[in-house]
Amino acid sequence: MTTVAPRHPLGAGRGGAGAGMLAGLRRRRLLVVALLVALLVLACLASVAVGAKAIPLGEVWSALVAPTGGENDIVVRALRVPRTILGIIVGAALGVAGGLMQGHTRNPLAEPGILGVNAGAALAVVIAIYTLGITSLLGFVWFAFAGALVASVLVFVLGSVGRGGATPVTLALAGAAVTVFLFALVQAVILLDQQALDVYRFWVVGALSGRDPAVIVAVLPFMAAGLLLALAHAPGLNALAMGEDVARALGQSIPRTRVVGVTAITLLTGSAVAAAGPIAFLGLVVPHVARYLTGPDHRWLLPNAALLGASLILVADVAGRVVVRPGELQVGIVLALVGAPFFVALVRRTRLMTL
Amino acid sequence: MSVVAPPRVPGRPPLRIGRRVSGVWRPRSMLVAVLGLAATVLAMAVNIGRGEYPISVLEVLGVLFGGGDEVGRFIVLELRLPRSLTGSLVGVAFAISGAIMQAIARNPLASPDIIGINAGAGAAAVGVIVLGGTYGAVSGLVAVVGVPVAALAGGLLTATLIYLLAYRKGIEGYRLVLIGIGINAVCVSVTSWLLIVADVTDAGRAVVWLNGSLNARGWEHVAPVGLALLVLVPAALLLAFVLGALQFNDDTARGLGIRVNGARTALLLVAVALASVAVASAGPIVFVALVAPQLALRLVGSSRPPLLASATVGAALTVTADLIARTAFGATALPVGIVTAVLGAPFLLYLLARGNREVRV
Repeated sequence: MTTVAPRHPLGAGRGGAGAGMLAGLRRRRLLVVALLVALLVLACLASVAVGAKAIPLGEVWSALVAPTGGENDIVVRALRVPRTILGIIVGAALGVAGGLMQGHTRNPLAEPGILGVNAGAALAVVIAIYTLGITSLLGFVWFAFAGALVASVLVFVLGSVGRGGATPVTLALAGAAVTVFLFALVQAVILLDQQALDVYRFWVVGALSGRDPAVIVAVLPFMAAGLLLALAHAPGLNALAMGEDVARALGQSIPRTRVVGVTAITLLTGSAVAAAGPIAFLGLVVPHVARYLTGPDHRWLLPNAALLGASLILVADVAGRVVVRPGELQVGIVLALVGAPFFVALVRRTRLMTL
Repeated sequence: MSVVAPPRVPGRPPLRIGRRVSGVWRPRSMLVAVLGLAATVLAMAVNIGRGEYPISVLEVLGVLFGGGDEVGRFIVLELRLPRSLTGSLVGVAFAISGAIMQAIARNPLASPDIIGINAGAGAAAVGVIVLGGTYGAVSGLVAVVGVPVAALAGGLLTATLIYLLAYRKGIEGYRLVLIGIGINAVCVSVTSWLLIVADVTDAGRAVVWLNGSLNARGWEHVAPVGLALLVLVPAALLLAFVLGALQFNDDTARGLGIRVNGARTALLLVAVALASVAVASAGPIVFVALVAPQLALRLVGSSRPPLLASATVGAALTVTADLIARTAFGATALPVGIVTAVLGAPFLLYLLARGNREVRV
């Protein structure tokens, strides 16, 4: 037997040069956060100013601060501002949910849309329309939650029952299969009832326009709770990123971290889907960009994903308003068209990146 | 000149036709194929017999094999047979397509309904229904020719796109599936946009089509899909000869003398053409392409989905599903796709729960 020299876990790297590097990293991360905040502010301004009726920024300001009841004031206060707020919370929720999903599954392809959560919410909403005659977005919220929860648990269980646990490929496949199944059931319901179809088709496309501001109030508590949970268990997620065995050795309670994570994911995606309809690919793209900017530390990654998600959805929404004037392309469609190439590029890399 | 006796392998009795054609004689595969055919004929007979004017199964069988009276012949041959025949042909096309794709990707989930070919065909067809329609009634040439042709073109186009995007020094099964899933998402989102743009009646029609329906099928619908199958099925059976070698890894397959990429491309082309023809004819009927080959695989006990057995099982499944869709819910006749979805789903969940052990990255 050879003897191994004992090494202190916090060895020499803690001193001199290491501290300097750490400070540099911290500066860089703070700079990134500042830039993302600036980006979000710009996106908000664009979202309020650009549209079928362009409004100069000066008038936007006066509409916000000292409304006179003119046409521009009404457009800004009643339409554009609620829409922008909705975009911010939905984008932030989806960005963080995507980050959580990728962290928990250690799967670069994890995303609410790919993993069947959206389909679950869609089925629940359609059942609500069909059996209970609910037509208001406010009424959908609870059903979307329930559907999202059931579908996400189903996909996680199916994707990880086999030997070897959940790999990127098995989870993506399980999600796709469950999505096909759930959407087939959705089709069956909307076929029986044209009324349901008429309500459903405007919900399923995923849009920020035409949503009742009361929806924002209704989903906000759930999103806030989800965000807090997500940020609170970020350190646990960091430990999990090294594998379950290492995390356990570091004193993490794996079941607790998982339960908190799945709760947060469900709260965030469920409320986002309830508020804006299923929006795919946002939760996929945003965490990757955030990871590129700040590294894999979830304590930084998750807040940055929130900022970035909000900015991206607003930019996509503005783009949708501009490209087919005077009509609109819904934000869900814009994001699918932008996000799918990103997904394809990820898959095409020689080795699927493992987190 | 002495003729060297061809080698015999225990457990693999040879089947030789002349000197140039040979294969392995697999009685169980043949048996399943024949049983599937019998089940199809029986299901068709029952399906034809049910309706406003009920006809007994024996009478239907009599007409089908050349007997029967005037009225019976008219009702069976002119009115009801085309529907069941379209159903069984479409079932054959979906099943063979699924069997080929699953064998190539070595993954049961690689069937056209999951990797986006059906969705691409669906988006194109819905586009025609919605943009070419006039408030609920797609009429004339657009309805008869436009929708099927659009579906065909959409399916082929989507498949080409998936293939090109998944090509990276050759085709790999899992990359094909994952990219297909991504493309599927885009097609679904385009379809949902089209449904918003549409008038609600047009949207309703589009949804009926999207579910896969065999309603109001006449001989003019049977002819195109029949002709296409006449070309594509023999092509599939011929090309499938190399499927056995393709089950090994690429290097081994090359060592066995297979042009791996060429063979895969040709097989995929046939599979995609079959799926697109089927979608063009009856709409995207889900899960037949996924379930039929897996069912046949389990019945035969082979290492990969057997083509002929899959084909007859697929036909039997589709016709049976149509029978249930037409008659099980009283007056409301559901589209066949809903029944296949409800029947196929539990099977899919079972495959996922078990099959993960077989899926490898």
